[in-house]
Amino acid sequence: MDKNLDRLNIYASRLLSEKEYFVPGHRACQGCAEALAVRLVAKALGRNTVVASATGCMEIVSSPLPLTSWNVPWMHVAFENAAAVASGIEAGLKVLMRKKRIPQQKITVMAMAGDGGTSDIGLQALSGAMERGHDFVYCCFDNEAYMNTGIQRSSATPFGASTTTSPAGSLVAGQTSWKKNMPEIAAAHNIPYVATACTSYPFDLMEKVKKAAAIKGPAYVHILSVCPTGWRLPTQMAILAGRLAVETGMFPLYEVERGRYTLNVELTELRPIEEYLKIQGRFRHLTQEMIAQIQQRVREEYEKLKKKVQLTNED
Amino acid sequence: MATKVGMEVSLAAAEAVKQANVDVVAAYPITPQTHIVEHLAELVNNGELDAEFIPVESEHSAMSVCTGSSAAGARSFTCTSSQGLALMNEIVFITASLRLPIVMLLANRTLSGPLSIWNDHSDVMSIRDCGWIQVFVENGQEVYDHVFIGYRVAEDRNCLLPFMVNLDGFILTHVIEPLEFLDQEIIDRYLPPYRPLYSLHPNHPVTMGAFSTPALYTETKKAQDEAIREAMPYILKGWQEFGDLTGRYYHPIEHYKTEGAKVILVTQGSLGETASIAIDSLREKGETVGLVKIRLWRPFPVHEFREAVKGAELVVVMDRAISYGASAGPLAMEIRSALYAEEERPRVVNWIAGLAGRDLSPEDFLQMIHQAKERSDEGYEIYGVRG
Ligand SMILES: Cc1ncc(C[n+]2csc(CCOP(=O)(O)OP(=O)(O)O)c2C)c(N)n1
Ligand code: SF4
Ligand SMILES: [Mg+2]
Repeated sequence: MDKNLDRLNIYASRLLSEKEYFVPGHRACQGCAEALAVRLVAKALGRNTVVASATGCMEIVSSPLPLTSWNVPWMHVAFENAAAVASGIEAGLKVLMRKKRIPQQKITVMAMAGDGGTSDIGLQALSGAMERGHDFVYCCFDNEAYMNTGIQRSSATPFGASTTTSPAGSLVAGQTSWKKNMPEIAAAHNIPYVATACTSYPFDLMEKVKKAAAIKGPAYVHILSVCPTGWRLPTQMAILAGRLAVETGMFPLYEVERGRYTLNVELTELRPIEEYLKIQGRFRHLTQEMIAQIQQRVREEYEKLKKKVQLTNED
Repeated sequence: MATKVGMEVSLAAAEAVKQANVDVVAAYPITPQTHIVEHLAELVNNGELDAEFIPVESEHSAMSVCTGSSAAGARSFTCTSSQGLALMNEIVFITASLRLPIVMLLANRTLSGPLSIWNDHSDVMSIRDCGWIQVFVENGQEVYDHVFIGYRVAEDRNCLLPFMVNLDGFILTHVIEPLEFLDQEIIDRYLPPYRPLYSLHPNHPVTMGAFSTPALYTETKKAQDEAIREAMPYILKGWQEFGDLTGRYYHPIEHYKTEGAKVILVTQGSLGETASIAIDSLREKGETVGLVKIRLWRPFPVHEFREAVKGAELVVVMDRAISYGASAGPLAMEIRSALYAEEERPRVVNWIAGLAGRDLSPEDFLQMIHQAKERSDEGYEIYGVRG
């Protein structure tokens, strides 16, 4: 714990701007931490931002014609192409500045999508945009399922979770595959910045988003966004659940800066995974055996991550 | 004024994109469109065209990039064919509803399966209802000219609609033709820099692509439909002013020897040139036969078409795509419905021909016209089936 106190930005309040760019009145469910994440990201990016959004909960809750929750320019085109649309916006602004048709200034282009829009249907467009090296920030708001269409599983749904397309049945007990490691896939593109974040650590999240925006080239921020509706969780527990996801090692907070790994919340001891699982209805059916399986996997993955930190920091 | 050149049509198309001062090019290679995108990459990498060239990973992303760049206020270009169009399909519709003035060259190629790289119109017919302005061209000069005309019309604030130019794959894309290149000064006079009505910029935040509930969806779509209908006079204006500057005038419906014609053949695209040879030979024999070419496909020039076939007894429509299980090919369907309300209407006989590069000679057109006289004007027949 002591060591983490050095990193005050993880816990301590800073002088934050009061300006909101994702404003109240949107139609997210009560206790939705994905909407909170979007609000924090928008706040961190500030005024000089253009957003390309994928289809999904956040698009639907924020843009019912003729209303909008967006105080920055925002565009939605389709489900799987936020990264490609952002590529176009970035290229367009760049060439117009070069040709002096709009004033030269720093404008951050941010693409946003859910876990489905990122790690499933939008993976190709994202890979293309990262590989081409566009100067943009991609935020994946990961609530671990297709929430907008009614809680169907995605490749980011954790093992064992019950969703409407991976139901806990008498034969098959929920999701049978392990969560796709999207931040690692992003990092494998050798882009300058990759980070994971969570709304339960708001200042850490905002610092990372600011860093991502300041860096030239593609930056990828993967944000665990607790969805009380889809996780079958009391609405007041979203922040707690995010905390537990981090403290159990289920969702470690880390950064990969030009290949160098940093664990932002380094845990000397992982909390038992059960503490995280037992508060969520989507895991209610898990047997002790499955819980043990998950516990082992989390430990292994955490160790792997720690090794990467070690390996990439040996000078 | 102008320079005469002999050049492959694909290269000329890319040269036109350069002369149109396009800001963003996003495209993915597919036969027979490849030479256009290759030459554009060359022009950008040689510093001849100051544009962002985005070598996207798919056509879906090509259209998505153009959608983003156009919304940012940049003049944006893409080109594709067949499977590429099928893959970008989803975004093609959205781009029209967002009213973004993108220009796309579609090098027409048949749709799989079976896989075939050769030319027909099944690709464009699959997105007939996408909301773009859609024109067909007949030769290299028309391709070159329509890049400028496309942007001029698309960016007209009375239109603000994407513009698709259909050119037959191989038949046009891969041939070397004599062409007249316009002086830059003429083009700049005709095509001023794009000034968007709305664009994505922090100084004036806008929300684009909001979703609609049933309470507003119908009204949104009505507005979009009106936009393309009301674009007609501005399309005509774009052609007229281009003609005034260059001497090359284009029309929604092009006529060839239709005066007093009792039989009229209807084509779309490059086959018009072959068909005109058949018409010449019939006219020489004293037959009153003419040719009507549909240049403007959307918005469909109903009025101009009715005028063009007035007095004819038989209209022979050549379709180059099948609408499986339908009453006719897509073009004949359009034409039958355009003529239905007329008190005196000609018989409409429909051929589907020239699928996936099956050659059609003037002799074939003579055959089709000849056999049409004996055929019923219901349904359709596929011409030249072997075996
Ligand atoms: C091509 C396409 N396929 C399917 C859909 C239906 N669809 C819309 S949003 C969505 C799921 C979104 O999930 P995710 O990206 O995780 O975002 P969330 O709603 O969970 O925030 C689906 C399947 C669509 N709009 N487009
Ligand atoms: S379903 Fe979940 S992610 Fe979507 S708005 Fe509701 S709480 Fe938020
Ligand atoms: Mg989701």
